[in-house]
Amino acid sequence: MENQYAIEMLNITKRFPGIIANDNITLQLRKGEIHALLGENGAGKSTLMSVLFGLYQPEEGTIKKDGKVVSIKNPNDATALGIGMVHQHFKLVECFTVLDNIILGVEPTKGGFLQKDEARKKVLALSERYGLQIDPDAKIEDITVGMQQRTEILKMLYRDNEILIFDEPTAVLTPQEIDELMQIMRNLAAEGKSILFISHKLAEIMAVADRCSVLRKGKYIGTVDTKDTTVEALSAMMVGRDVNFHVEKADKTPGDVVLKVEGMTVASKVHKNNAVKNVSFEVRAGEIVCIAGIDGNGQTETVYGLTGLEPLVSGKITLCGKDITRAPIRERSLTGMSHIPEDRHKHGLVLDYTLEDNIVLQRYFEPEFTRHGLLQRKNIRAYAERLIEDYDIRSGQGPVTTARSMSGGNQQKAIVAREIDKAPQLLVAVQPTRGLDVGAIENIHKQIVAQRDAGKAVLLVSLEMDEVMDVSDRILVMYEGEIVGELDPKATTAEEMGLYMAGAKRKEM
Amino acid sequence: MLLLIQYMLIFASVLLLVALGGCFAEHSGVINIGLEGIMVAGALGGALMMKYLPADSSAAAVVCLSILAAMLCGIIYSLLLAVSAINFKADQTLVGTAMNLLAVAAATVFVKAINTAENPNNVSATIQYVNAKKAFLVNIGGFEFNWFMLLAVILLICANVLLYRTKFGLRLMACGEHPQAADSVGINVYKMRYAGVMLSGLLGGIGGLVYITAGVSEWKFENGVAGFGFLALAVMIFGQWKPTRIALAALLFGLFRSLSNVYTGFPFLANLNLPSNVYNMLPYIISLIVLALTSKRSAAPKAEGIPYDKGSR
Repeated sequence: MENQYAIEMLNITKRFPGIIANDNITLQLRKGEIHALLGENGAGKSTLMSVLFGLYQPEEGTIKKDGKVVSIKNPNDATALGIGMVHQHFKLVECFTVLDNIILGVEPTKGGFLQKDEARKKVLALSERYGLQIDPDAKIEDITVGMQQRTEILKMLYRDNEILIFDEPTAVLTPQEIDELMQIMRNLAAEGKSILFISHKLAEIMAVADRCSVLRKGKYIGTVDTKDTTVEALSAMMVGRDVNFHVEKADKTPGDVVLKVEGMTVASKVHKNNAVKNVSFEVRAGEIVCIAGIDGNGQTETVYGLTGLEPLVSGKITLCGKDITRAPIRERSLTGMSHIPEDRHKHGLVLDYTLEDNIVLQRYFEPEFTRHGLLQRKNIRAYAERLIEDYDIRSGQGPVTTARSMSGGNQQKAIVAREIDKAPQLLVAVQPTRGLDVGAIENIHKQIVAQRDAGKAVLLVSLEMDEVMDVSDRILVMYEGEIVGELDPKATTAEEMGLYMAGAKRKEM
Repeated sequence: MLLLIQYMLIFASVLLLVALGGCFAEHSGVINIGLEGIMVAGALGGALMMKYLPADSSAAAVVCLSILAAMLCGIIYSLLLAVSAINFKADQTLVGTAMNLLAVAAATVFVKAINTAENPNNVSATIQYVNAKKAFLVNIGGFEFNWFMLLAVILLICANVLLYRTKFGLRLMACGEHPQAADSVGINVYKMRYAGVMLSGLLGGIGGLVYITAGVSEWKFENGVAGFGFLALAVMIFGQWKPTRIALAALLFGLFRSLSNVYTGFPFLANLNLPSNVYNMLPYIISLIVLALTSKRSAAPKAEGIPYDKGSR
């Protein structure tokens, strides 16, 4: 009988100091199928793929290609076996053209000189055959993320790779680009390529994959046919328990006004008009107010204005009865504002600091942590350890782990822990669940609701329709820098909200 | 006027060669501040070759052998940078600075030792090459054509072809821009960076030889090369790391440098009655102004100066 597997990874074990990243994992990829590899952040997906791509050597286990045992010691071996990978962070030279990036490493030459015309023909033929639209002469720095990804795919096809690994390919794409990518993957599989698709987005896996293997905390859980399973069953396999997609929360009557914004106008960094135009709203104690809208309608700038990252053109902000319109960021923080920022790398963490230093970033000057101008390392360590325990922040070396080396989900947990633990009156949470898996999302939603139940005011900014409908008590829809509607999540529908978000409907506020 | 052009071309040749050297090192991802030291090493090699070649050697032999010696000394000296920056991931700016200091001091000690061994009363660090130098020159109607000018043009063309028309160039630049990307497609970043640094040694070495034979027939090695390595770096930056633009920048800087040699020949300049120091300072002042104005829109290779570590992502 002919071997039906393109690649088999049998009983792979890979250990790192202090952690077993892959514990006896078996993964079998059939020829011509799209096989999803599902797992939470830190479940060992990336490690397993690095083993397959020759970046790591496993301690135990074998890899078979077409039924024969092979040894993959470095990426060149993998390439020689026809294995190609689109990395999560693209490996493209920004100032080179698309064509140069594709041929780099396998350049066709004659007498030592590059033969780009020959390469161009092959690239254009491939791009037509698989529906991968590119401009071979455009520079990478000038093209969209979607086209950069198509360049990466063409890199693999140009090398005649048969086994294509996609490492979280949709994380950086817009919804339209995701649809296009799905279609491209189906085309590739139809042409006989075998695809490994790493993801933690269940809907995408159900939409495009034939089979799905699940990893949890470094262990192999099982492989299922996607047509025989459901999103709920998959997420239970991934997280190890039933995940509640619906946020549980009791009714609560809002209390006093905590945040009052009057006529706020904020300038835009990208164009000459103001990004936020004369916006007024209130957030009361014990309620979650959500600002909804399509990305780029002034939500980011609203938050920048509130938190002091950008100055206001005009308007007034009152927090807990105190005018903070011109207050510096530390004063806002001390008045009771917490901020879970949109970009956790830019505004949330100092990536090269340790976890404990990041945790006391806004409080290091308090008497508990600083005495006579000297940091009280012992107290800082104790405090960090308590937060790590309470908020289940997982990392390689505990308080002294560098933030950069932590997974995205745990970086986010660290920020949430820091912002919530300082007991704010107002919590400003901007896309707090972006890029996280279902288990982590559930956890963060719980924390936010707990803040509200404890009588704090919460301002949530989100692009996710489900999150907006599920978590909030009151919805403000922003469109082109203005609040165009106030909705009650219990009385509205996603369709109605969509009309407001698209600017097709508005209430006079 | 003819003299001005002659000086301008020879100084431009020096700057062009050395700047091209810097350009190769930086495109591979290594900042080469040590060009000054490499020039001294090359100059020493070339000068010694000229000193010890038999007086009856043919002109072609003198030209070829002294260039070869300069190239070799430049390459060997550049290996200091390669080993410490690529293998040991040392700070490239510090290593380069140390190389500059070391080269002048070592050359001075070395030449002094040779001179005293020949004649106990001679404690200078000067090498003379009055006769050998003539091999490089061809007199065309009062214009002293120097073979180095031709060599510079040839190497300029070679550099341009090598960078933009061969797979070596494509791979070299990938290593300077995004070494992780280069590594992921199977390019050995360490080897490419060695190649880049050694090419800068080769070109810098020749540049050193050209510089000491440009205007004079003997060289005091305690003077080093008077900051020409740094001027070449300025030329490279002004030329935005592109060989053809570097050539134009080299001509411009060469012009200012040559003014100090020939300004007395121009009645207009002589009448200004400025001290000669002003003209000597000109190229350095210009380089300060140019760098202050152009450093913002720099096209520097993105990964230059960062040691490559396979492990980090």
